[in-house]
Amino acid sequence: MSNEPGGMGAGGDVGDAHLSLSADAGEPMAEKYLPGAGLDEPVLVDVTEVRPELADAALVDEIVAADREVLAEVGEPLLKMEDVSVVFGGLTALDSVTFDIRRGEILGLIGPNGAGKTTAFNAMTGVYRPTRGQVRFDGQVLGKAKRNQITRLGIARTFQNIRLFNEMTALENVVVGTDARHRTSVPGALLRTRRHRQEERDAIDRSMAILEFVGVGARATEKARNLSYGEQRRLEIARALATEPKLLCLDEPAAGFNPAEKEALMDLIRHIRDDGYTVLLIEHDMRLVRGVTDRIVVLEFGKVIADGSPEDVTSDPKVIAAYLGVPDEELAEGDADAPA
Amino acid sequence: MSTSTPAENDGAPVPGPAAPARPRPELPPAGQTPVGQRPHGGAGDRLRLWWDALARPAQWAFGAPFVLFIALLPILNIPVLTTVGTNFGAVMAQFGMYALIAIGLNVVVGQAGLLDLGYVGFYAIGAYTLAILTSPDSPWNVTQPEGWLSDDWAWLAVLPVAVAITAMSGLVLGSPTLRLRGDYLAIVTLGFGEIVRLLADNLDEITGGGQGLKSVAYPRLGVTEELPNGVFSAGNVGSTLNSGVWWFWLSLVFIIISLLLVGNLERSRVGRAWVAIREDEDAAEIMGVPTFKFKLWAFVIGASIGGVSGAIYAGQVQFVIPTNFNIINSVLFLCAVVLGGQGNKLGVILGAFIIVYLPNFFLGRTSLFGIPIDGNAIANYKYLFFGVALMVLMIFRPQGLIPVRQKLLTYGRELYVAARRTLAKMPDGGPQAAYATSAPASGTVGTVGTPGSSGPAPTGHGPDGPDENGATGNDTTDGGNR
Repeated sequence: MSNEPGGMGAGGDVGDAHLSLSADAGEPMAEKYLPGAGLDEPVLVDVTEVRPELADAALVDEIVAADREVLAEVGEPLLKMEDVSVVFGGLTALDSVTFDIRRGEILGLIGPNGAGKTTAFNAMTGVYRPTRGQVRFDGQVLGKAKRNQITRLGIARTFQNIRLFNEMTALENVVVGTDARHRTSVPGALLRTRRHRQEERDAIDRSMAILEFVGVGARATEKARNLSYGEQRRLEIARALATEPKLLCLDEPAAGFNPAEKEALMDLIRHIRDDGYTVLLIEHDMRLVRGVTDRIVVLEFGKVIADGSPEDVTSDPKVIAAYLGVPDEELAEGDADAPA
Repeated sequence: MSTSTPAENDGAPVPGPAAPARPRPELPPAGQTPVGQRPHGGAGDRLRLWWDALARPAQWAFGAPFVLFIALLPILNIPVLTTVGTNFGAVMAQFGMYALIAIGLNVVVGQAGLLDLGYVGFYAIGAYTLAILTSPDSPWNVTQPEGWLSDDWAWLAVLPVAVAITAMSGLVLGSPTLRLRGDYLAIVTLGFGEIVRLLADNLDEITGGGQGLKSVAYPRLGVTEELPNGVFSAGNVGSTLNSGVWWFWLSLVFIIISLLLVGNLERSRVGRAWVAIREDEDAAEIMGVPTFKFKLWAFVIGASIGGVSGAIYAGQVQFVIPTNFNIINSVLFLCAVVLGGQGNKLGVILGAFIIVYLPNFFLGRTSLFGIPIDGNAIANYKYLFFGVALMVLMIFRPQGLIPVRQKLLTYGRELYVAARRTLAKMPDGGPQAAYATSAPASGTVGTVGTPGSSGPAPTGHGPDGPDENGATGNDTTDGGNR
């Protein structure tokens, strides 16, 4: 566990505190925000007041947990980048990139600006098609699959620059994410069939649990654009989780965060992994990457220059030369408080 | 790595992975909502909050008489309201058709955010389908004496055909063009509207060309001695219950049906997909929304409703000619949607009313409240006035007269009610009295107004708002919205 004092409710001890707080119907939160209630007050809602069962963190975890059938066993490659190249005109953004993402791990993808991290990301999520090579996901080649089909197959992502549906509330944003798992369509909705209503109800219940899971449940009824920056980042993660992904790709989720927020985000990412998801993380903040990932792949000029455990990669001279370039003592210090 | 052991949680059975504590980030301090984004908390918002807080039966109790009043408007002959230059019933019938069109166009433009400048094309296809199948001038007439279909039922029987064909035309127009976005889509749809009109003008053998098609079928109901062709016949003029009133009532039925169906869609994954597409199409697609499919559905549904309106139009005037489907009509339809409030179903109906009623209100009027005016001149300049009104609106109220408040969830309303309760808790708030100690004077809490964004349901209300009633009345998962 991290020893960063600014961590927001990380670890089991704080968790217990949270459980006991929720037991009395979340009053402290309401109390805290009631006094100044005025026009400029953020709209807060205590989800546990409406759905008391969501006060139980374990139950929330269970609802949110990844329960899709995945072919790959835990520890086996879930996604394989096989010799992938992406060429834009004369620019080779990715040059024969090969690496695996194993099920159940947090993989960090790092590299200097312009190294091709986001391109790799886009090649996986179907935004770009590889010029050469292929992306194999859970035994299936993502050849001509459309972007929404790829999401349905189980790759969800967040965006480097937040792209929420601003005019929708936080809850509605997350419910849009559940669309990938809906089976009834326009006829069912027109006639409000029993199956359709059940699906809608399930989607909303699950979405509320996910909002609680990522920690923005209290803002469920607020429009996305009115959320604070950190909440918007979390909401993006919630929306991606709602698609029930096998692989969750986070594109610089900590950009613009202060150290305390980063610490809380690390806990969230670990928590997502512990809930059964596989996570791919693009991030510049080495402290965060080292602290949270199980394995790191380093890109430079569109090529993989290192692939291994955080310790190995951060001590790799090539990586230090290409990207880290930090004094050794800071590295050593970082290692000391990186989780084992 | 941080994996808190399940033992730390209080013994709840946890199947699957360990369940460490959730991070509970500090909520942001008060005053986060920028000033410009705060709601006005004006009369409209209060009315909306009041309405949303009402229980279902109470909403019916207020809503039904209101609809009844609107329905009876053309026969009540209210002094200033009634038009003088034209028959008020006919004006209301036209309003009914425009309202249907506004509802259909609102699906496309307001909800899915697809700018359709050729919507009149669907209206024309609906009208022409009905005319081609029931006019004696057309080679494909199916009504008696040449055809097999009795005149009495021809209109009603052909209506589903007209709707189906318009829906098909939406599909045909949409499949190739919905890959385009923004301005490109607008231009292509503009072209579509013109193509339909030019086809109608030039396919002389089928559409009668510039001569149009006469004697289109209409429902023959209420046949009496004085009205041998029934109440819907264009011959039913003069009396208070003229054909215009009947057509208005008929369109009201269709308006209510479409409002219910479109409302069902809006509060489902379909409506959410539409709004998501409007907000950020790429993000929607990457979140797994089949955007093309839902855009196509928006086109098809919008087209069908336009087709119904066209069929009503053809039946009412019993005569269709291409010049009635000019591009300017598309602009007027769009004007109704933008004026009333894109995305708001009731707003666009108000927009349609304004577009239809105002010119007719001035038509033939020589004085208003004792002030002499030249009503005909004002009515003739309607395009100028609508243009100016739109510009003024875009400056002062770009969301339209009744801005949209989406309701995109069928369930989960209790959450929004709870949000309102959190904000509006009063010292004597019953079970929530515990909060009273920390609450400021009730006056302060009472002036909460609409916080941040009201979203699908009320989130605050005035000091005398029926909070407890609303909460208990609506606090069921099945309450639905409206």
